Amino acid sequence: MSSTETERISTDPRRARKQERARGIAEQAGGSLGGLIAKLIALGIVDAIAVYAVIVLASFAEWGVLAVVAAVAILVNWIYFSRRALPAKYLAPGVIFLAVFQIFVLLYTGYIGFTNYGTGHNGSKDQAVAALLNSSLERVPDSPAYPVTVVENAGELGLLVTTPDGEALVGTAEDPLAAANATFDGDKAVSADGWTSLQFADVLARQNEITDLSVAFSDDPADGRLSTPDGSSAYRYTSTLEYEGDTLTDTATGVVYHDIGTGAFTADDGTEILPGWKVAVGVDNFVRAVTDERLAKPLVYVTAWTFAFAFLTVALTFAIGLFLAITFNHKRMRGKKIYRSLLILPYAIPSFLSALVWAGMMNQSFGFINQVLFGGAEIPWLTDPWLAKVSVLIVNIWLGFPYMFLVCTGALQSIPDELQEAATVDGANAWQTFRRIKLPLLLVSIAPLLISSFAFNFNNFNVVYMLTNGGPRDSSAPIPVGHTDILISMVYKIAFTGQTRDYGLASAYTIIIFVIVAIISIIAFRRTKSLEELN
Amino acid sequence: MTVIKPSRAIAALSLVAALGLAGCASDTAEKPAEGSAKPAPSQEQEAPATTLTVWVDAERVDAVQGAADAYEEKTGVAVDIVGKDTGDIKDDFIQQVPTGEGPDIAMGAHDWLGELTTNGVVAPLELGDSAANYMDVAINAATYDGTVYMLPYAVENIAVLRNKALVADAPASYDEMIQAGKDAGLERPFVVEQGVEGNPYHLYPFQTAFGAPVFGVSDGGYDATDLQIGNEGGEKFAAWLGEQGAAGNLNTDIDGDIAKQAFLDGDAAFWLTGPWNVGVAVDAGIDVAIDPVPSPTGEVAAPFAGVKGFFLSSESENKVAATDFLVNFLGTEEAQLDLFEAGNVLPALSAAAETASADPIIGGFAAVGENAVPMPAVPAMGAVWEYWGIAEAEIINGADPAERWQKLTSDVEAAIG
Repeated sequence: MSSTETERISTDPRRARKQERARGIAEQAGGSLGGLIAKLIALGIVDAIAVYAVIVLASFAEWGVLAVVAAVAILVNWIYFSRRALPAKYLAPGVIFLAVFQIFVLLYTGYIGFTNYGTGHNGSKDQAVAALLNSSLERVPDSPAYPVTVVENAGELGLLVTTPDGEALVGTAEDPLAAANATFDGDKAVSADGWTSLQFADVLARQNEITDLSVAFSDDPADGRLSTPDGSSAYRYTSTLEYEGDTLTDTATGVVYHDIGTGAFTADDGTEILPGWKVAVGVDNFVRAVTDERLAKPLVYVTAWTFAFAFLTVALTFAIGLFLAITFNHKRMRGKKIYRSLLILPYAIPSFLSALVWAGMMNQSFGFINQVLFGGAEIPWLTDPWLAKVSVLIVNIWLGFPYMFLVCTGALQSIPDELQEAATVDGANAWQTFRRIKLPLLLVSIAPLLISSFAFNFNNFNVVYMLTNGGPRDSSAPIPVGHTDILISMVYKIAFTGQTRDYGLASAYTIIIFVIVAIISIIAFRRTKSLEELN
Repeated sequence: MTVIKPSRAIAALSLVAALGLAGCASDTAEKPAEGSAKPAPSQEQEAPATTLTVWVDAERVDAVQGAADAYEEKTGVAVDIVGKDTGDIKDDFIQQVPTGEGPDIAMGAHDWLGELTTNGVVAPLELGDSAANYMDVAINAATYDGTVYMLPYAVENIAVLRNKALVADAPASYDEMIQAGKDAGLERPFVVEQGVEGNPYHLYPFQTAFGAPVFGVSDGGYDATDLQIGNEGGEKFAAWLGEQGAAGNLNTDIDGDIAKQAFLDGDAAFWLTGPWNVGVAVDAGIDVAIDPVPSPTGEVAAPFAGVKGFFLSSESENKVAATDFLVNFLGTEEAQLDLFEAGNVLPALSAAAETASADPIIGGFAAVGENAVPMPAVPAMGAVWEYWGIAEAEIINGADPAERWQKLTSDVEAAIG
């Protein structure tokens, strides 16, 4: 901007002041010295964290993640030092957070949906085999505890064992126990000729080798093998499982278990032994999710109730919120601020907390509502199938209307008063003004919020779980589902029943629900686009 | 502008370089320092840098810390006690052990064992000869499928808390208990935690009095294929539940808080609950006595025992040190008494239990616990919990006892498969 122009404009003092302010803002946006320093410090912190993360990741040999972190760090630096990447400066933080908190989570959930991850299929195959072999060890009946000293010869570990008769024997992973020429400390052999005794500190340094070390007690395998869990006592174990050539054999029963690709060793008659391991199972989870016979009947009414719950919640909270917003927006209303603050209170209390409080108040025999408000009546607020649905709705509306009240107040205040006056001049009554002018204008800005509110309530797990836990139970159903369960809480009960955690199935259901909500939202957004043409 | 540009770029580059270098420098400077600092004392004290990570219930950190410090002093193995929310330990342990990020040791309850072993995240724990030093119920609970997986430290069971000011003497039977309370002028003499979905854990003593355990017992522990719940005794118990529900002695509207309030206010003289609720009653100034669960039949009413203990991770890199710490350190009377003082729950080690039982309240629970049976840890139990409570709740609220109890049995059978 040329100086002459500025001077010319500055003849009008008000414009000059505005101009001054604009220049200040432009200056700051362009980067004053303070801004530059702040930017450098922020970037320096980001870079320091990135460098630290790279070092940590390198130490864990996580090369893939390391490459991503490094690439993102370099990209961020380039964006903020380049003069050409102005839009990216505004977009970068949001995109990074979107990628970390939304896209990654979605993709990961999707990935889990195609695996059998869950109880019994929790880790890798190696871990499963190790766990199975470990738990198949049995103490040889009536065998004593042997005091033991871990010894070493040319890097090979051995166990120096003292028998109850006071005999000293030494053996290694290859050689069974044999007599040794040993020195005793009290009753325990502490060192042997040709072997170096390991002190406790040395034992700790080679813990994994020692845990894995097992020494044959004699040439007869039935005598079992000695191993020491704590480095000071050894015990004799026999194993009932043998792992060889990718099959497990139960030596007691002779049953052979094969790896048939389902993520667990399976016998010919179909019995699996767990733990198994995590494998990809393709679309099995999705097939199970939609063909589970136990679900056939409950799924219908749970889906219907989920839609009813989400729709009624949105409709009623919007109606109440809008009504209150109009009332408190009235010019003649006094003490608006106090009323408004009070109305927002339910919104400020964490929903799970209020749900628990409501559950207490709605208790049939002892609750506040029955005892005080209804004078001791026994109204089954939470235990009658229909009344429980009403109760869930009441609580959810109580929780949700302040939000609608807030957004409606905001939207109403942005509608110019002139429109109201013009309508009055044209002879429209209050209802007509509201119905024909205010409501359509409101919906332009509120409709997207109503859609997102629907999506939120479709999955409103907290309220249902905390208030009724889906109850009262439908005891005629073969799964533990209740009359106020919505889809997401039903899924929780199916995938996480008792001690079974089926993350794969849960992810599959989640994706199905996501698709339903996404389709509804897309259709609704399309339809609300027509509203925008009003402006 | 053009004058500022290069200087800005230089300032920027030098600042970033400085910060970056500072970051690197501090890292590279710290690393050798750490590396050189750690081997140094290890050469002096001959203690390598082994660290055991132990997850404990946040309320018991201090109790374990004593044993941890003593162990570190003796062996040079650092023990890092991490306090965690009890509710998170099991699932976090199951999820994190396979990734190698889990702890070496975690504190938990014996009924997790089915789930932990099915997931292969616990390693067997050899107690050796010290197994004989623990109470039988503790060792039984720590054993799953014939193998011991847990170092037990506490045994918990429910019993009846009696308000001595209202009823002076322990009743001999269930009916006497109700009568004694009514004689004292109470409308609801006896409370027990229920809820909309029932609470079979708290009603189990009555069920055993009718001779209907959940599972039969075989050599390796509970036999999930031998479901006993639906036997003749079970039906009698169901009929009794119906009667008690109709008489108002059992009420599914009474949850834990309401039961507690009724006892604290003196509206109820008897409260069937666990040691975790004794503190609040004593603090409220109530003169509490601990009674056995009065039986409705004359047979012993045996509650479930819950045994708390420590599990060893199957992926631990420090199994030798961890086993040594658990068996030879937390298994000592001193450590068990420390844990007892932190939680006021009966120690699992017999010698420590005897010392602790000098307290009349702990002794009271211990006496009831002599009849207690470990809560089944088999995965099938999960299916039982799913259907058990709601069936009892519906019977209490007037469902046909025999019919509903048979449906419970068939539901559980179907779910176990």
